[in-house]
Amino acid sequence: MIERAHVLICSGSNCISRGAKSLRDEFEDNLNRLGIRDEIKLVNTGCVGLCEQGPFVIVYPEGVFYAQIKSKDVKSICDEHLYKGRIVEKLVFDEALTPEKEVKAFDEIKFYSKQTRVALRNCGLINPDDIEEYIARDGYRGLGKVLLEMTPSEVIEEMIDSGLRGRGGGGFPTGVKWKFAHNEVNDQKFMICNADEGDPGAFMDRALLEGDPHSILEGLMIGGYAIGANKGYIYVRIEYPTAIEKLKVAIKQAKEFGLIGDNIFGSGFNFDIEIRLGAGAFVCGEETALIASIEGARGMSRNKPPFPAVSGLWGKPTIINNVETLANIPAVIHNGAKWFSRIGTEKSKGTKVFSLGGNIKNAGLVEVPMGTTLREVIYEIGGGIPKNKALKAVQTGGPSGGAIPESLLDLPIEYETLVAAGSMMGSGGMVVIDEDNCMVDICRFYLEFTVEESCGKCTPCREGTKKMLEILNIISSGEGTLEDLAFLEKLAGSVKNSSLCGLGQAAPNPILSMLEHFRDEFEAHVVDKKCPGGVCKPLINLHVLENCIGCTKCAKNCPVDCISGSLKQMHKIDNSVCIKCGICKNVCPVDAIVSI
Amino acid sequence: MNKISMTINGAKVSVPKDYSVMRAAEEMGVIVPRLCFLKGINETSSCRLCVVDVKGMRGLKNSCTLAVQDGMEIETDTDEINAAVVSNLQLLASNHVFECWACEREHNCELLDLMRKYDVENIYGESKNFDKKERLINDSSLSIVLDSGKCILCGRCVTACEKQAGLGILDFNDRGNETYVGPAGFHNMEDSGCIYCGKCIQACPVAAIKEKSEIDQVIDVLKDPTKKVIVSAAPSVRVSLGEEFGSKIGENVEGKMYTSFNKLGFDEIMDTSFTADLTILEEGTEFINRIQNGGKLPLFTSCSPGWVNYIEQYEPEYLDNLSSAKSPQQMAGAVSKHYFAEKLGYNKEDVVFVSIMPCIAKKHEAHRPEMESDGVRDVDYVLTTREYARLLKRKGIDFMNLEDSKAYGNLAKYSGAAVIFGATGGVMEAAVRTVSEILEGKTTPIEYKQARGLAEIKEATLTIAGIDVNIAVVHGGSSIKHFFEIMKKSDKQYHFVEFMACTGGCINGGGQPIHPAIVQDNNDIRSLRAKTLYEMDSSSEKRKSHENQFVMNLYEEWLGEPGSHKAHSLLHTHYKKRDFYN
Repeated sequence: MIERAHVLICSGSNCISRGAKSLRDEFEDNLNRLGIRDEIKLVNTGCVGLCEQGPFVIVYPEGVFYAQIKSKDVKSICDEHLYKGRIVEKLVFDEALTPEKEVKAFDEIKFYSKQTRVALRNCGLINPDDIEEYIARDGYRGLGKVLLEMTPSEVIEEMIDSGLRGRGGGGFPTGVKWKFAHNEVNDQKFMICNADEGDPGAFMDRALLEGDPHSILEGLMIGGYAIGANKGYIYVRIEYPTAIEKLKVAIKQAKEFGLIGDNIFGSGFNFDIEIRLGAGAFVCGEETALIASIEGARGMSRNKPPFPAVSGLWGKPTIINNVETLANIPAVIHNGAKWFSRIGTEKSKGTKVFSLGGNIKNAGLVEVPMGTTLREVIYEIGGGIPKNKALKAVQTGGPSGGAIPESLLDLPIEYETLVAAGSMMGSGGMVVIDEDNCMVDICRFYLEFTVEESCGKCTPCREGTKKMLEILNIISSGEGTLEDLAFLEKLAGSVKNSSLCGLGQAAPNPILSMLEHFRDEFEAHVVDKKCPGGVCKPLINLHVLENCIGCTKCAKNCPVDCISGSLKQMHKIDNSVCIKCGICKNVCPVDAIVSI
Repeated sequence: MNKISMTINGAKVSVPKDYSVMRAAEEMGVIVPRLCFLKGINETSSCRLCVVDVKGMRGLKNSCTLAVQDGMEIETDTDEINAAVVSNLQLLASNHVFECWACEREHNCELLDLMRKYDVENIYGESKNFDKKERLINDSSLSIVLDSGKCILCGRCVTACEKQAGLGILDFNDRGNETYVGPAGFHNMEDSGCIYCGKCIQACPVAAIKEKSEIDQVIDVLKDPTKKVIVSAAPSVRVSLGEEFGSKIGENVEGKMYTSFNKLGFDEIMDTSFTADLTILEEGTEFINRIQNGGKLPLFTSCSPGWVNYIEQYEPEYLDNLSSAKSPQQMAGAVSKHYFAEKLGYNKEDVVFVSIMPCIAKKHEAHRPEMESDGVRDVDYVLTTREYARLLKRKGIDFMNLEDSKAYGNLAKYSGAAVIFGATGGVMEAAVRTVSEILEGKTTPIEYKQARGLAEIKEATLTIAGIDVNIAVVHGGSSIKHFFEIMKKSDKQYHFVEFMACTGGCINGGGQPIHPAIVQDNNDIRSLRAKTLYEMDSSSEKRKSHENQFVMNLYEEWLGEPGSHKAHSLLHTHYKKRDFYN
């Protein structure tokens, strides 16, 4: 029987954590109750992207985009929309309705209209547990094409022509990397998918693994054919249980379909894929540490050269590609290098997926063509900053990247421009920082992360990150001096210059970029002993402004009873007792409390 | 050999293409600083002090493992490099406990040396604003002490244990800034499976791993008028002790050593070489008995206590193969207390036996419960060669300017066969010299060069009295492991195998003088020391243990004959299987 409507339920981890898990059962119950279960197809999809508004339910053929759906809302969607054919307007995402209350097509929603979904082409559209849905959307056609119509060298040339560069952060041309391994003569080579996504707040790879696992498998096999490997590993962190589950299902189904195994498509090409779990150390995202981890050793980086393409896993030529890179590959092959290279800019081709987070309205997953400006991403796709606060900076590249100030928001997103601005593309974390943040404090956050994640092998990273953090702590406590700032900058330079692997080499980037763009804020901490962002507790005092309405909420909530004032009278904070916890500021209904 | 051309600091140089940049620079006289690099052992590029600038490459690169390339342009002395080296030294210093005056490595600390050269201020360590890591001291063992307060996490001990001892007892615990080195979970060294070969100590650039010192106890006992203190040094000590005072590597300082014993006020001087000869008679007799009476073969030597620790913990099913003869150190203690003391008119209870050893396992051996007779310990204190040198320095003795002297006692007389005990293959060669002569009943050759040299496993078949005797000589923990793998798979009947826990034998023991990495990389220390021992042998008048008249007198006067009941009760011991990580 052909179903008359498809109901897509976003089952990405973000929506699951917001309660999406129970939605399917709720739909089943209601549709059975109404006796229309047979007429409706229910599909649990991967991440839809607009996580801030999840969980989502999208009903086709109309393409109605229901947002923030809770279990109790399912009944009305079933009763009204699916049974009676009347859209439940109050549950539809605001921006998915025209002022005339007409339903907009999915890609007319502002969040999506500026996006180009290549890597995410199937995410949120297909059921990742069903290989046929992937195949229906041209899945495995790229693999068929390379195995039946192309030589490995032709595949590599196609990849080089496409201009696809590594999406894990480094931006090395994928085809060129493959060529190195292809040119090595060896009886055994390996392909590895690096799914050890670890930047705080980044979840591009998780969304891809959960939403479209077959595209990763297909990319891995195309790479295997190109370089001459018949074994692939997917190194995925154990913190991604759903992704692991989806991968297992996908591998099983692909094996059943003869798409993984021996003599694929009758071509004589054999390929096997194995999942290896990582314990979640950030450093294991670094190629050589990842290899050590798969080999069963402690996840520590080793010196390069030799590069893994020459001597990698168990000393064999090994190519390690990031999840997003691999997800792009089937599309590149199927549509051709020319198609792909038309997207993006001269040096940065294609698209890039970002996890948009921080002080932004539409936090979530976005995929934009290279060359899109940061301003477009933040204001047009992301919807700008809540409460109309001013933007201070955008951090790209997570703890390895840097902060880009407001003045550079019109920079097009490209590998080179971001590096020139003191940051990097990174794997796709994009954190928006508004005026209420302190850059010293943000630096501390990132350094705390790298201190925690340093493997401890090389001196500058093991000891240097800790010392940089300690100096930042001195600065934020108000005890710092200009000499401390100068010393911090010098130390950061040495750590960057002399660390063994990318983790240590990039760890000082937040400090260096923030000192470049926000030096005045650092100087305010050490010279004026002020925290302009109002964050560093030893340097701030809380004050009540004249617009206080005397509601007493602040005084009632103060844990140290340092706020005095009677009802409908302006209140006052005793700063000698205040512990600067900020609760008063948060509970004030009229924003009358400020930190100075 | 294929050569490449490159420039270093603007000067052109042509070097073999398998060179590292560090080595190429050294060839030009440019010494790049280093702390973690120990050639062939630790090549992990972790200290980041040997960084250089490579034209066309981003950031600085470590030169220790970077392969040279044709046309490469290297700078080793830019402001940027200097800043990185100073910064990294400051960082390494930040957790280091600077107690240099009391430190075992004050005279050859590689960290201190670089801090002096680069005029590094200990800015973090001297400031209250920076955390200092907790200092962990692991001193449960009788031989070895780990001190995380000194450790700079270069990893040299970790790889030395893995590659030289073949054991991997030491590793990095925890991670990041919390990393410290030790057995898993900082388990007691005593119960970690360690055999006390001390390769970790010799690899350490600072004093993060060292012997458990007994210097203070020896100083005290020398002051005690009620005690008679007998000192005895192992064969290999005389070819290494001078190095602690600046002699060339392997210089024979035996004469000065004897003089120094007198200077320090030891009551009597013995020589462990004497009991090395005695060992040959006991062990040789045991071998002959096993051959003639169908005993368990092969016979394994038992003079290396590191090796005894190895077999007890890792190959206990072979314990019956191990010679029951005590090591020369323990025989020396037993002979001095149960024979020598009486001859000298001392009560054996009043005699204190101090042993100067190239070895830290000897400390553990001396404390084994079975190493005593009549309630008297064989050996009371063991000082390593390094500790003995420190003791001399503390007493202000200008060692290299001492007059030479000879040991006056009969128990300090030894044959050439005894002195080569200090090198790998020496025990085997000494034993064959005696065994062949006893079995054949006529003069047999002196030198068996098949047993000499640094090959990992040396094998030979000797025809003695019509019997083909398969011998093997194995040295170093990793070779021992390898040998057992081979032996278990092979049908070959070995008859006699010499084992030493240290690669090269006692001359490279864990208690021997330590040289900085750059000296270790550029000198074959094992061969230099061994060469001197073989020279001493070849210039000896008597070169066979049974020709040592004083040893034979000992049998005549006291022990009866080799393997007698008395010899067994005083000079032999037993072994047992030992577990670890209990």
